[in-house]
Amino acid sequence: MAPALRTIGLHKNFGGLVATADVSLTLEPGARHALIGPNGAGKTTFVNLLTGVLTPSAGRILLEGADITGESAHRRVRRGLARTFQINQLFRDLTPLETIGLAVSERQGTGRDWWRRVGTKGAVIGEIVAIAERFGLGDALEERTATLPYGKQRLLEIAIAFACRPRVLLLDEPAAGVPEAERHEILAAVAALPRDVAVLLIEHDMDLVFSFADRISVLVNGALFRDGTVEEIARDPAVRAVYLGEEADA
Amino acid sequence: MTIPHPPATRVTAALARRGRWRLPEVAFWALALAALFLLPGRYLILNEIAILALFALSLDLLLGYSGIVSLGHAAFFGLGAYTAGLLARHGVAEPVVGLFAAAGAAALVGFATSFLVLRGSDLTRIMVTIGVALVLGEIANRMAWLTGGADGLQGIVMGPVLGTFEFDLWGQTAYGYSLAVLFVLFLLARRIVHSPFGLSLCAIRDNPLRAAAVGIPVGGRLVAVYTLAAAYAGVAGALLAQTTQFVSLDVLEFHRSADVLLVLIIGGTGYLYGGIIGAVLFRLVQDELANLTPQYWYFWVGLILVVLVLVGRERVVATLAAPFAGLLRRFGRPVREA
Repeated sequence: MAPALRTIGLHKNFGGLVATADVSLTLEPGARHALIGPNGAGKTTFVNLLTGVLTPSAGRILLEGADITGESAHRRVRRGLARTFQINQLFRDLTPLETIGLAVSERQGTGRDWWRRVGTKGAVIGEIVAIAERFGLGDALEERTATLPYGKQRLLEIAIAFACRPRVLLLDEPAAGVPEAERHEILAAVAALPRDVAVLLIEHDMDLVFSFADRISVLVNGALFRDGTVEEIARDPAVRAVYLGEEADA
Repeated sequence: MTIPHPPATRVTAALARRGRWRLPEVAFWALALAALFLLPGRYLILNEIAILALFALSLDLLLGYSGIVSLGHAAFFGLGAYTAGLLARHGVAEPVVGLFAAAGAAALVGFATSFLVLRGSDLTRIMVTIGVALVLGEIANRMAWLTGGADGLQGIVMGPVLGTFEFDLWGQTAYGYSLAVLFVLFLLARRIVHSPFGLSLCAIRDNPLRAAAVGIPVGGRLVAVYTLAAAYAGVAGALLAQTTQFVSLDVLEFHRSADVLLVLIIGGTGYLYGGIIGAVLFRLVQDELANLTPQYWYFWVGLILVVLVLVGRERVVATLAAPFAGLLRRFGRPVREA
């Protein structure tokens, strides 16, 4: 079986600045994989390369064995690669109901219908209801998104990525900035993601990483610094040095 | 913590509420129709208002629903006007045929230029749209053998609408015709903005990055709406050419693009009625002020614009028209914080 996601020598430079340096990473089907690294290590750039927001300078990206390096962002989503954003990227003036509905109907292929009214497709409605339940958004469905509590907005981020029914899900710091009291809801939602979806978690919070991931990759200065099981990474003195901001290499 | 089972019926109802007809809407169209019989002597200005409203409605599809700023929308208005005018001048006197031809021509050019507008920021879009309108204006000027150049396109003779309604001197048919076209295209626009396609446009307006990340083909959708809006503007232009039986270079000029944006800002974007209400206010105020102080008309327009934008239209409307605020809401205008 082909890996869920694989990069081969992925490289990105902005002029002289190398943001991603020759990264080859493999995500097995159903993986729980964390990508960690100090601030500015190029984690978000890497996600932007994977999702087609940025074009790589070199290298290839394979999604379940198919080369998607040249595909546009929305095609990658349709092929099964979805993401959440570190900073909320939501439709402020729409409701969660409309937002989830959009993602569902795009996936079902009815998003371009221009004559039919929204809310008249039973298949879309059923799925909206199921997703809203799963992410605890049932009572917030008709609020304007911009007025939702921050924690709910973070949940909506994950919910709409989930609505794309991905094979590979990239979570970019899902709990970033969420107040302590609302954190458990996010963590529970992340933990309850279906096992057959490969998840790449980009995270700073080590507790979350250790509780969630089977494998960890460490990114430093845009390059893959270490790649291993949770135990291997936790024991690695070089990783500890880098991550705790001590002298890594002279 | 949450309602465990949000019933599908509730979800369906919430979505259906978006597209429901409201009483003030019905009243508005009834009034517009009543004017056709109750306001003789005002048909000329009513006709102008209907045409301007359709033009602004077309810009609302771009700006209000899709977040595309254009300062060159007159390109399509003018193109439609010349298409309809030339057709009529060369023997096709049936107005409705002219409308379809104008819509087609404007849609074609809209489609072709949409790819220029797709890329880049708001500033890029403003500049590119101005540029396209300037280019078309100069082409119309140069091709004087076809367009009449600076003298305008003369000798347009229109047949009766649908072979039945003869255009009259007072403009009753003209207003009835323009109002009917506005209403039909309004219904179509209303249908479209309440469809999944229309909702995806709002999503792109709010956040193109996320729109692509949920699988919405942002580029394709913007090409589609730009083409559609161009066709709408073309029809508005055709109405002007047919009901005034004259086309001049003025239809492509910058002030027309600026005026229609102004109309939309006055009426408010993103609820379809903004362009129509804006057109009514704009033309009536223009008429009044021009009678009062003909040479200072743009002084007042400028002042109103500055106040609207700086103070915020919501607040101006809320202050001036507090009694009507509820009414506006019932027109389906979404309430947004600044």
